[in-house]
Amino acid sequence: MVDIAVVDYGMGNLRSVYNALRSVAPKASIEVTCTPSVVEQAGRVVFPGQGAMPDCMRELDRMNLRSVVLDAAKNKPFLGICIGLQMLFEHSTEGDVACLGVLPGEVVRFKHEMHDAQGGRLKVPHMGWNQITHRDHAMWQDIAQGERFYFVHSYYVQTGDAALVQAESQYPDAFVCAVARDNLFAVQFHPEKSHTAGLQLLKNFVSWNPV
Amino acid sequence: MLAKRIIPCLDVTAGRVVKGVSFVELRDAGDPIEIARRYDEQGADELTFLDITATSDDRGIIFRIIEQVAEQVFIPLTVGGGVRQVEDVRNLLNAGADKVSINTSAVMNPQLVADAAARYGSQCIVVAIDAKQVAPGKWEVFTHGGRKATGLDAIEWATKMQTLGAGEILLTSMDRDGSKIGFDLALTRAVSDALEIPVIASGGVGNLQHLVDGVKQGGADAVLAASIFHYGEYTVQQAKQYMAEQGIEVRL
Repeated sequence: MVDIAVVDYGMGNLRSVYNALRSVAPKASIEVTCTPSVVEQAGRVVFPGQGAMPDCMRELDRMNLRSVVLDAAKNKPFLGICIGLQMLFEHSTEGDVACLGVLPGEVVRFKHEMHDAQGGRLKVPHMGWNQITHRDHAMWQDIAQGERFYFVHSYYVQTGDAALVQAESQYPDAFVCAVARDNLFAVQFHPEKSHTAGLQLLKNFVSWNPV
Repeated sequence: MLAKRIIPCLDVTAGRVVKGVSFVELRDAGDPIEIARRYDEQGADELTFLDITATSDDRGIIFRIIEQVAEQVFIPLTVGGGVRQVEDVRNLLNAGADKVSINTSAVMNPQLVADAAARYGSQCIVVAIDAKQVAPGKWEVFTHGGRKATGLDAIEWATKMQTLGAGEILLTSMDRDGSKIGFDLALTRAVSDALEIPVIASGGVGNLQHLVDGVKQGGADAVLAASIFHYGEYTVQQAKQYMAEQGIEVRL
């Protein structure tokens, strides 16, 4: 069994995720995998995602990965990234599809014609380095309030369960950019592309022992 | 608040970073991996690599460069140059690119942009547009490294690329490229205002005020520059500090 499995359901490039994990955990066995049994037996699971939600959900099922992902999300240190966070919720307005339903809430699009306080137009996708405000959680160890992470997304999650929320960012209104429950942690931004702060988060993940 | 991005651009040929003036007269600027590492340390928000190799024989070099950079630099990497089919996009992403920039091939075959965006997501598809002013308030798209006129209006073309699924536009003024007299602000503003997706301003940066102007007057979401960083005139850090002093939100 591997220490860390990065779930590969065929939606894009996971090499960045692999490279970043490798740099913070040089001794760990890390595998980018589409094999359900490898995910099932891994010590920790990283669940990334990019592309369009309907494609992600379809490919996850086509590759028979849904049940092992659901299982991992309940039982072992689990890190969702970007669409990997969004897929954990109940429903997405992107293509009007049902998602995994691990967490309560919906994935919605940023509005058109948004503006900042100076009247500057805010583009979609929300792309670039934005600041976060986080709660206390082992995954934020050595990460300052107001730290910047790299985002690229047009959709974000809305949940009625405030206890899940571990961080927020603003564009221009506050939106949820990290959630956690028990062994599960998920972020909207890309830690693998967020320089030292992102590597710190991944480092926290590889040593995280959720109670 | 979301920061405006500073993106050093590395034009690569035969394994070296070079910089030309108005798309010609290449001058050597050094080893791409060393340069990438330096900009990463200085706080670059992303890096863009453009493979300007003229022949297809040397295409393999850029893959090895990207593989090596991606192992040690943990910020977004965009790679462009010679992308002709969806398979090229896939190969660059697999080498470690986060975004792929499509220029000439988007004009020859717009469906490529739609297919690549559908397959890999808009977030990783950048359409690069080289534009030249042809009349006041009017710019034409050029391809093949600026050698061929297309008859396409730059603003209409950018809008079409957004519709087909581009996640971002890399907009280069050919009139300004290498000139060091600043971005074509009217072009940048016109394209940025016409689009909902982010626009990267490129071509003409000679000093730090030009970067500020690109954001404030041009409405750019990101600014790209090459020679001011390559030859040590300014560090990325200095650029960001200057922009911050001028009231622009940057990642320091």
